[in-house]
Amino acid sequence: MSTILLQGGHLIDPAKGFDRPADVVLRDGYVEEIAEPGKAKATADETLDVRGLVVAPGFVDLHVHLREPGQTHKESIATGTAAAAAGGFASVCAMPNTRPINDSPAVTRWMRDEERGAVVNVFPVAAATVGSLGEKLSDYRGLKRAGAVAISDDGRPILDDHVMREALALAAKVGLPVIQHAEDTKLSRGNPMNEGATSFKLGLRGQPSASEWQMVERDIRLASQEGGRLHVAHVSTAKSLEMVRLGRASHVNVTAEVTPHHFLFTEESCSDYDTRYKMNPPLRTAADRDAMLAGLIDGTIDAIATDHAPHALFEKEVEFDKAAFGITGLEIALAATITALHHTGKISLTRVVELLSTNPAKIVGLAGRGTLAEGSVADVTIFDPEKRWTYEVAQTLSRSRNCPYGGMQFYGKVRATIVSGKIVFTEL
Amino acid sequence: MKAKPRSLLGIEPLDSRQILEILALAKRMNPTRPRTTLRGRRIALLFYENSTRTRTSFEIAAKSLGASTVVIHATTASIEKGESLKDTGRTLQSIVDAIVIRHPSSGAPVLLSRLIDIPIVNAGDGMHAHPSQALLDAFTILNHKKSLKGLKIVTIGDIFHSRVARSDAHLFSKLGARVVFCGPDVLLPDSALELAPGVEIVRDMDEAIHGADVVMMLRVQQERLSGMQINVDEYIRRYQLTAAKLKLAKKDAIVMHPGPMIRGMEMTDEVADCPQSVVLEQVLNGVKVRMAILTTLLGGKR
Repeated sequence: MSTILLQGGHLIDPAKGFDRPADVVLRDGYVEEIAEPGKAKATADETLDVRGLVVAPGFVDLHVHLREPGQTHKESIATGTAAAAAGGFASVCAMPNTRPINDSPAVTRWMRDEERGAVVNVFPVAAATVGSLGEKLSDYRGLKRAGAVAISDDGRPILDDHVMREALALAAKVGLPVIQHAEDTKLSRGNPMNEGATSFKLGLRGQPSASEWQMVERDIRLASQEGGRLHVAHVSTAKSLEMVRLGRASHVNVTAEVTPHHFLFTEESCSDYDTRYKMNPPLRTAADRDAMLAGLIDGTIDAIATDHAPHALFEKEVEFDKAAFGITGLEIALAATITALHHTGKISLTRVVELLSTNPAKIVGLAGRGTLAEGSVADVTIFDPEKRWTYEVAQTLSRSRNCPYGGMQFYGKVRATIVSGKIVFTEL
Repeated sequence: MKAKPRSLLGIEPLDSRQILEILALAKRMNPTRPRTTLRGRRIALLFYENSTRTRTSFEIAAKSLGASTVVIHATTASIEKGESLKDTGRTLQSIVDAIVIRHPSSGAPVLLSRLIDIPIVNAGDGMHAHPSQALLDAFTILNHKKSLKGLKIVTIGDIFHSRVARSDAHLFSKLGARVVFCGPDVLLPDSALELAPGVEIVRDMDEAIHGADVVMMLRVQQERLSGMQINVDEYIRRYQLTAAKLKLAKKDAIVMHPGPMIRGMEMTDEVADCPQSVVLEQVLNGVKVRMAILTTLLGGKR
């Protein structure tokens, strides 16, 4: 293997409390040395000039849909991870709603196989129940051995109290977090947007905010009884965050993520029946959006995850109520975060890195990742926090283009992504 | 850049001047005296939902203007074989000059207008809008009242599922009327208040109807209830328009209903057939107003 010297950059590693100029030496897939600028002892085969750029531990996306196996017309592990690399993600956690559902060690191993052509690390999140049917628990021990880092039934949330208790208890024993897409589908009924004044005006049926927060409330209650680690996926309502705060106050081990679209947009974006704004959970009110920003600032929210959900044009260019839920987002997560939160002076770059790398790595227990401490895995994201650019959806590396970010101007651009010492994306 | 063809997707994008122009034009229209304004034009009536009144009305309106029409029912077309709205629209675009569309999905006409370049007329989409009905309702009111300004127009019943109530509210509000909605919580959520300026919610029917100039009754759309529970006896007791309740409105108040009307449910036979009822007049006016709409959208230079 080779040695790479990242020279002249600004190192931000929240896990080590680093926020200063430093040179970084990567050797054979690991971080060999963190040195004062110009003082690195090791010799390098390759030197990257990263002056003016931030050097951070590789980003970790807790929530992506790579669509493989089974739906490669939307995305494949190769194309999805290529988009991830362009977005600075060295690791992605792949949701189990593939075809077949990833509820077995065999599928988990298949997804991790080299032949899939993944450009970044793929950490499968395996199904919590067999077939994600919400009835019988899957083989958590076997799944963990095969490489799963968490369990979740994602879009088919575990509604049954008893099954959720069992899942929390077994996952705790095995040492995996339970990720819940909190939605009482008996209340939300697959409705295409948030319930409120906008849905009334558009004549669309809505998902009440309660269908999310009541489920968060229940899950936290069960987690307080069963122990284990609960991670709330893509929080979208102010009340859900309130539940997370209450849970933490009573020492429940609960973490939460938010997507860029939930801190950028509101339900009003649906006003023209533009299906690029249709996702689940739906865009909520301005008050909810503001609560997401506040939660990112005050620490209630631990991580930013994309919920990258690619769909083909024919699945989106249809009537609003018939369109598929979800948007792509791997390539703009950093830019969205910097533009909405750092550029506006609300959070530091250290907090940005914490939300995109340190915390998500911790949540799914990625040892040696989420930090650039000497000896850790050489997963590195290099970005320019000031760079102004326009996202062109036509240039995406994803197989799908279902996102509303095309033409949007952002601050903050990923310049290179390194996975285990290998440069997988570069604009240097 | 090519100018976007004119479409009628809803009332919201119109201003009061445009509305009054269509209504003024409708006054000069008469289906028994056919015109040649749209001679040689082909209009597709693309119906994804059953309809008697609206489809017939548009068809007669188009023919009275000299246009030829083709009716496409979703159940008898390629649509049933799984063709998308996009492909159906593109196919039609190459052989017709305009599409009148009725669709169960809110926003379908908006989608269609984004995908193809010929004028689209929304003949009712889901729970969203029914602009031609709103225009004919306003036209009917203006046959009895000098203006809509300051009128108290009360709409009673299943507001939630009603595209007519939504389009009416936008139109009546633009023309300066007070729009009073009355119905039970499940059929009339508080969020309806934000629909348009001047919308009020009054839950008690007596209070709502008191001093009204226009009483618009709506049918409970059983087919759209999707699990909502309505106690029919209770509904009738609280929201049925009876002769006694109608007495609370102004003496010269008119009673309207966009149809289809379920006698014995939202109104009694007595009210349905009373002299104040203008329900049948609405139907006749529908043709005139739709002639005016088609003339406005398609009548200019080719």
